[in-house]
Amino acid sequence: MTDTAPQAPLMGDPSPEGRFGQFGGRFVPETLVPACQELEKAFRSAWGDPEFRAELHDLLTNYAGRPSPVTEAKRLGDELGYRVLLKREDLNHTGSHKINNVLGQALLAKRMGKTRLIAETGAGQHGVATATAAALFGMDCIVYMGEVDIKRQELNVFRMNLLGAEVVPAMSGSRTLKDAVNEAMRDWVAKVEDSYYCLGSAMGPHPYPWMVRTFHEVIGAEAREQCAALLDGGVPDVVTACVGGGSNAIGIFSGFADTDAELVGVEPAGGAAVGRKVPGVVHGSKSYLMQDEVGQVLEAESISAGLDYPGVGPEHAHLADIGRARYEPVTDAEVVEAFQLMSRTEGIIPALEPAHALAWMMRDREALAGKTVLLNLSGRGDKDVAQMMDVLRND
Amino acid sequence: MTDLPVGPFEAALRARIDGGGKCLVPYITGGLNDQWLDVLRAVADAGADAIEVGIPFSDPVMDGPTIQEANDRALEGGATPQSILNDLRNADVGVPLAVMTYYNIAFRAGDTRFASDLAAAGVSGAILPDLPLEETGPWADAADEAGIETILLAAPTAPDERLPIICERSRGFVYGVGLLGITGVRESLAESAMSIAGRLKAVTDKPVLVGVGVGTPEQAVQVSSVSDGVVVGSAIVNRMLNGSPESVGELVGEFREALDAAVRQP
Ligand SMILES: Cc1ncc(COP(=O)(O)O)c(C=O)c1O
Repeated sequence: MTDTAPQAPLMGDPSPEGRFGQFGGRFVPETLVPACQELEKAFRSAWGDPEFRAELHDLLTNYAGRPSPVTEAKRLGDELGYRVLLKREDLNHTGSHKINNVLGQALLAKRMGKTRLIAETGAGQHGVATATAAALFGMDCIVYMGEVDIKRQELNVFRMNLLGAEVVPAMSGSRTLKDAVNEAMRDWVAKVEDSYYCLGSAMGPHPYPWMVRTFHEVIGAEAREQCAALLDGGVPDVVTACVGGGSNAIGIFSGFADTDAELVGVEPAGGAAVGRKVPGVVHGSKSYLMQDEVGQVLEAESISAGLDYPGVGPEHAHLADIGRARYEPVTDAEVVEAFQLMSRTEGIIPALEPAHALAWMMRDREALAGKTVLLNLSGRGDKDVAQMMDVLRND
Repeated sequence: MTDLPVGPFEAALRARIDGGGKCLVPYITGGLNDQWLDVLRAVADAGADAIEVGIPFSDPVMDGPTIQEANDRALEGGATPQSILNDLRNADVGVPLAVMTYYNIAFRAGDTRFASDLAAAGVSGAILPDLPLEETGPWADAADEAGIETILLAAPTAPDERLPIICERSRGFVYGVGLLGITGVRESLAESAMSIAGRLKAVTDKPVLVGVGVGTPEQAVQVSSVSDGVVVGSAIVNRMLNGSPESVGELVGEFREALDAAVRQP
């Protein structure tokens, strides 16, 4: 890239208004503005407090099991014709990257004196992580989940109940993640005084996109060091991750934004907000948004409940806008292939979400020949096994 | 900011207030069904001072079950911002209208274009509940330019120093949010309704109306003892979903009568 005018460091803090370039902001009802302001203040103070950082570090290490390893995927690499490294977020407690953000936010909620956590969930991984943190800290927890997702992620619903959380079906609209976010925001508007909205991705009103990214930066920071050890001090040629709201991707991208590594986000073809490049405003921020010609938000369609979302976090829109990252769509059929390939070659059953990134790697194998690709394996596939049993049986 | 002239929406409310009365602004869902313009007329004839027309949006985060249902039905029936504005263009109801919708509808059309579409349809005001003070600039400037009054909301959670700034930027009236929560009829009036009304009246000369959680004539009278009037949404929409245009008019008439009776009594 050519340098022109001096500019803010790549993936630095957003502007005081919460903007990443032209995206982001705080598009929420007046009722929630003071809550967002209070949260921003609390987060700034906590992140600058060594005691908070130490407590979070201790939880990530001794409770969640960090650091997660980077695994050299030899047989998968042989199959694809290039070198493949996996950042193993699937090995975290609760089975995905979501726990990084949730432990940070739950600790913050406790510090703010809140006693009740609200969460939305798609695949159920963020809901499970939030229910887990609520159990750990002795807080009440309510999780909104689309009725469609409750059916396809039954196991996670049961897990949340076991952990003591209440799971409430979102019955409006597409009955998936988008509608769960609507319900969570409605709850927050009504209970803003004692409740904390533990948002599950790098989206929503300022400071969420920035705060959630910050809590996931640990993925990128660890991976940077681990790759350096494996690559003689170098960095991978390509860093790739699936993108729903974009939290796992933004976390791993943050570790490589200042390098030559190519950053590739992978979206489901039926939920490709960045791919369509139409800006819009929903759920608190301005970003790319799947919508019709008058501005009604479209329903995403994806085999993976965690990526079944018509929007995307604002920093991804910005990274796409300035050309620092690119975003590729993959089909459900390609994802099913990828899901099986990783299981067969590496003995790792991936979640359907990161299988999207692998699906792109399979499709573009020729262009990637000879390169080293780091894939953020954001979660394990246990939650998807029942659904895949149906899919593969009907084949 | 230079002083903008008082627009038709605010003028209508001021006329009521100056006559010693309390303002009644019912909300109806635009494009709900074939009869929605009859509802609009019935509401105007029953004594509304002005009317809020909802343009349905796919993700109405400030709305409860009643308005959500009306919203979904309107969208399923094919209502669009343009179809609603086209209907309004020919509906001369004799009271000023404001649209209430979510910001993406305006943003998608473009602020300037949406504001001029509203003006062309004879609409006087706009309420965008997901556009708080800090984000309202580009829209509100475009609206000013087109002669559209941007009505801002003020919530019970706002600290004291925020309220005068909201009142300063708001046009038409200042919309006090009656409770912490989404639209819907509640058993009783929340304490926060009285307190936001009082806090706003203390810092502005603009009309102060309270809405969200004002669902019965009694509640309307109660809060109007402090505010200049009320916005009534879910109660009206509920009647719209289940009754004839005449019956919606009757309900509005009950609110009108109660508000008028309350000011007649010393
Ligand atoms: C394993 C896994 N990866 C990715 C995602 C998508 O979220 P994000 O784009 O925020 O990483 C989810 C969401 O449920 C998930 O469970």
